[in-house]
Amino acid sequence: MATMTIAKAINEGLRASLANNPKTLLMGEDIGELGGVYRVTDGLKRDFGALRVVDSPLAESGIIGTAIGLALRGYRPICEIQFDGFVFPGFNQITTQLAKLRTRSDGMLTAPVVIRIPYGGGIGSVEHHSESPEALFAHTAGLRIITPSNAQDAYWMIQQAVTCEDPVIVFEPKRRYWLKGEVDTAAPTTDPFSAQVLRRGTDATVVAYGPLVPVALAAAAAAEEDGRSIEVIDLRSISPIDFDTVTESVTRTGRLVVAHEAPTFGGIGGEIAARISERAFLSLEAPVIRVGGFHMPYPVARVEEQYLPDIDRILEALDRAFAY
Amino acid sequence: MNGNRLPTAEFEVEEVVRATHSAEADGRQEPGIDMLQVLAADGTMAAGLSAQVAGRPVDFSPYLSSSDPDHLRSLYRDMFLIRRFDQESTALQRQGQLALWVPLTGQEAAQIGSGRALEPQDYAFPTYREHGVALTRGVELAEILRLFRGVTNGGWDPRERNFHLYTLVLAAQSLHAVGYAMGMQRDQLADPFLPPAASIAYFGDGASSEGDIHESMVFAASFDAPVVFFCQNNQWAISVPSTVQTRVPLAQRAEGYGFPGIRVDGNDVVAVEAVTRWALEHARSGKGPVLIEAYTYRMSAHTTADDPTKYRLSHDEQEWQPRDPLVRLEAHLRSTGMADDAFFEDLGAEARTMATGLRQAVLSMTAPDLASRFAAVYAEPHPLIQEELRFFEQYEAGFADEGKHA
Repeated sequence: MATMTIAKAINEGLRASLANNPKTLLMGEDIGELGGVYRVTDGLKRDFGALRVVDSPLAESGIIGTAIGLALRGYRPICEIQFDGFVFPGFNQITTQLAKLRTRSDGMLTAPVVIRIPYGGGIGSVEHHSESPEALFAHTAGLRIITPSNAQDAYWMIQQAVTCEDPVIVFEPKRRYWLKGEVDTAAPTTDPFSAQVLRRGTDATVVAYGPLVPVALAAAAAAEEDGRSIEVIDLRSISPIDFDTVTESVTRTGRLVVAHEAPTFGGIGGEIAARISERAFLSLEAPVIRVGGFHMPYPVARVEEQYLPDIDRILEALDRAFAY
Repeated sequence: MNGNRLPTAEFEVEEVVRATHSAEADGRQEPGIDMLQVLAADGTMAAGLSAQVAGRPVDFSPYLSSSDPDHLRSLYRDMFLIRRFDQESTALQRQGQLALWVPLTGQEAAQIGSGRALEPQDYAFPTYREHGVALTRGVELAEILRLFRGVTNGGWDPRERNFHLYTLVLAAQSLHAVGYAMGMQRDQLADPFLPPAASIAYFGDGASSEGDIHESMVFAASFDAPVVFFCQNNQWAISVPSTVQTRVPLAQRAEGYGFPGIRVDGNDVVAVEAVTRWALEHARSGKGPVLIEAYTYRMSAHTTADDPTKYRLSHDEQEWQPRDPLVRLEAHLRSTGMADDAFFEDLGAEARTMATGLRQAVLSMTAPDLASRFAAVYAEPHPLIQEELRFFEQYEAGFADEGKHA
């Protein structure tokens, strides 16, 4: 077991992917000499060379579009998008091309492209540096979307994304890049497209993913002091969603709060609420309650702490659930 | 048109046509660019072809096939068959058998000439009009119609013929072509015994306005990718003339990216083939990308949903009619004695047989079961797909029960 930050765990995961398969390559802006603006690719160009770690021109559609071409030729490109808000120039390539290649070819072609996107707020940055656009991608069939919340998952999920035959978007919780955790580099983590119960509880379930997982765990710890036993699930995979794990939990606890940073309206939380209402209606003691961002562009840094769901917002949602 | 352009780039059809006509009547070229041609509209063939490309003299003569009668006849045959295919497909659409058709009439030389320049190891990325290129790659023409029949969004195995699926989003495939070429480049480095290969990206003058064209050219130049950009400038992006797309000849844009750009007479199959052969060799040999602008004209509508009478004048079409790529090669074949009446009659009969076969093939294409469509969304098992497929099958089975009881 080694202790490392999430950023280092992804770096080591990428290193392992590059070492395991000579067809794997990294592409992105500033990922080579600089090692990425978050230094996630630090040292990889030095060790694998410019053909494997490609500093690309500043063009997101270009990065993703050429990655699709490389994948068609048998390569395994891993693209880095510098910030969440900058993925949109590449949105067309992701949604109209990458996601649909398999369907359009009647299953003859695969596009195993991985797209890494640092996402979410809490870093005090300027606009387009703090967004959570995962629902926009989850709505598109053909993509898989995962988001690690700890170093162990960060190390393994990136490698699992690279070996997956489908295109995978890895949303990396950028404000947790420096969160340290134990990594067992010998034992792979579980199926990356499954959810994990991080904390057992009996009275309510909180589902969170990515940057909000530590918040959900802290909220559960705080609730325990009030005598409430809260189960916490790390969703890990946003597409597909492991509804079985969530359903099983809610069937036991009877209450569900879903928390994410993205705006509540049209978000992943709504999808979970709807599905769980269908699957576990008779087990629910209260409506599923969502905690998320407001229906506004991500606000300026000076007020983002008010915007971002925190422990209190989750506790307040739990209070509402328990009031029924 | 040039001097008094409105800031909104609005245009008057009359004005565009007049500007084009006056330039053509004077035999003027747009400044700074030559149009390469060996086969003139009257069927006479020049002995050689050379030009300044990116400031250096290039002799294309070694790439010309003009002295090979068999080859010229086969180029004519391909052009003739693909035009017949186009006519038959248009008819099928008009009869409601195809959802849409994208005609190519007028662009046969650009497509057959460039397609025939490709080697088997090269890989073509078409837009949605490259039926002629498909023919040269050996794709079964009926397979193309499966897309337009609405039974698939693909239609053929791209890997079998190194001919990618059609791409309906403009210019998206140009980046795939560059990435694919970057893969070829890497393969070559890993195994120098592989035959050198290049990719070719097809797009139109309308698509040249898309950002992906710009990005693909930047990437191709940055990495010296072995890719040839093949722009068929057919003058119209549906109803918007190419003069609204660009202030300079499209081929000239290559200079800004740092690689050669060539404008070739897109209605001259022999010149197109020679220039494309040169460009592919240039790319394969590690010298980087080339942009070819095949200057041609879309004689037919953009698609069967289009109505060119709303934006084009008939004398514009009449102006291009004598430059028809088939007419001029036929004139050449006849005047040189390379082909006689029997050749053209046999070809006509072959085309009629082909058309009958296509019609039968289209009518026999049946819709896929929606249930089968679930299987091709993801390569690996996906619980949502499995759940929705189960629902759909049970739902459908419910109707089957009703049917039984009725």
